[in-house]
Amino acid sequence: MSGPVSGPHAHGAISLRQTMLLVMLALLPATLFGLSIYGWPAFNLLTVTIVASLLAEAVCLVIAGKPVGIYLKDGSAILTGWLLAMTLPPWAPWWIGVCGALIAIVLGKQVFGGIGQNLFNPAMVARVALLIAFPLEMTTFVAPKPLFTESAPDFVQSLAITFGGGMHIDAVSSATTLGFVKTELGRHNPLDGALSQVFDLLNGFTGFMPGSMGETSAMLVLLGGLFLLYRRIISWHIPVAMIASITLLAGVFHTLSPEHFTGPLVHLLSGATLLGAFFIATDLVTSPVTARGQIIFGAGCGVLVYVIRSWANYPEGVAFAVMLMNALTPLIDHYVRPRVYGRDRKGQPLVYKGESWERDSEASR
Amino acid sequence: MSADYRRITRNGLWDQNIVFSQGLALCPLLAVTGTATNGLGMGLATTLVLVASGLTVALARSMILPEIRIPVFVLIIAAIVTLVDMGMNAWVHDLHKVLGLFIPLIVTNCAILGRAESFASKNAALPAAVDGLMMGLGFTLALIVLGACRELIGSGTLFSHAELLLGQGLAFLDITVIPDYRGFLIAILPPGGFLILGLLLAGKRLLDRRLATSTASAAVPAHSC
Repeated sequence: MSGPVSGPHAHGAISLRQTMLLVMLALLPATLFGLSIYGWPAFNLLTVTIVASLLAEAVCLVIAGKPVGIYLKDGSAILTGWLLAMTLPPWAPWWIGVCGALIAIVLGKQVFGGIGQNLFNPAMVARVALLIAFPLEMTTFVAPKPLFTESAPDFVQSLAITFGGGMHIDAVSSATTLGFVKTELGRHNPLDGALSQVFDLLNGFTGFMPGSMGETSAMLVLLGGLFLLYRRIISWHIPVAMIASITLLAGVFHTLSPEHFTGPLVHLLSGATLLGAFFIATDLVTSPVTARGQIIFGAGCGVLVYVIRSWANYPEGVAFAVMLMNALTPLIDHYVRPRVYGRDRKGQPLVYKGESWERDSEASR
Repeated sequence: MSADYRRITRNGLWDQNIVFSQGLALCPLLAVTGTATNGLGMGLATTLVLVASGLTVALARSMILPEIRIPVFVLIIAAIVTLVDMGMNAWVHDLHKVLGLFIPLIVTNCAILGRAESFASKNAALPAAVDGLMMGLGFTLALIVLGACRELIGSGTLFSHAELLLGQGLAFLDITVIPDYRGFLIAILPPGGFLILGLLLAGKRLLDRRLATSTASAAVPAHSC
């Protein structure tokens, strides 16, 4: 097949810029919640990450000789920085955000040729690289200290935390649910009793617990995800397949051995499960095109997340799982193709009832 | 074929650099370049093997039947690598411990068989030895550059433990460039090796293109491969 195919192509009215704005709108509730419970340091980190993303994008565009203004205004760099910041520990120092933004934009996106060309989700590339390069900073989480309460740092103190390296880590650090589970299992403690110390269903749902900046609130992330579904920015296939496979695996193993495996609700409500399912795995560039392909992709993400959380060295595996499935996306798209109009799934012409059609199709075989 | 030593030198060091142009020998390259010192040691060992195997193959080329040339080349290279391995174990034992398995594995380095097949088996002894030397030095250059970049970014030092390779006299090469550096661990891990190699390759292409456009006015034809 060569050249463009003429045919009844429908024009999508929605622009790239609108898509990005709608995703940002969907992220807004969870982000505002994250900022309010982790305070000014989280705000500083989010700002630094987004500004660094924009600068990195601009420099890359200049080097590549592309029009800077048009590409910057599409909002994709802002969204990448934003998503990355959502997955960072909220009190991380500024250089975590800057390094992450550089890795995401330069290595994750622009070396492949810019928007739409990247093989891996840029935010996840950066998150994985940061986790491997700076294990201490990337796993130091704080307990919620809501804005304008006694325990929260004011703006000046937050500058010291983000930019001065003045954080007394031991004083404020607190384990995430998944990190706690990993530690307890490492000490060969049975889970059922210990888990109630850190995990509580209500807090897991509202998000009032230690964790990354924008992942903790299952409720608000879900709200944003449903908004994206409603506006048809994403389809249901990837989130549903991913959540279903995690639930199924967690349910089976929890039933078999509750002292070694946490239940489905813990898996769904902690870590980046929902953020990953609705906002990260559904990235239009790095996920399969067809509905069946998306179901395979989503289910693969879910299985990998569960496997990494349960049996690998890291407590959380959404970033790794999404990147591994990103690598499989071209393969999935190669094998799972939509049926061509007038032909069956193998590409043969459809056989209609009627002698002449049957004879034709016999001959063509 | 009359030997053009300038051409051979230029090819070995730059135009047909084993790593940066041919894209060969990436396995030892990525495996040992955690520090510049390891890169230097590995590069010198490989250079020694390249010179010796080039010389031997060129001398023996009239006796080798074309049908069995590959097994014979492999035998020659394996014998030389074994000698180098034993020699390094005896004289630079500490470095040998660091490089470990990668010294005997020089025998599987495709670049060495490649030079034996494509150059030494068709040329006289002296040009073959010079080709081995230049290709080896080019490879050493690549190893040092990549090792230095990874070491600098990953741990903020240059040529750390240089005394292992070169003796106490050259311990001054061991520099801590960035004191109190937190370390950027990924640069020393395998993914960092791939990333930095990719950036270096892009840099070499860019440089070549710049050079080509600046000499285009002098109507110099593009170099052949």
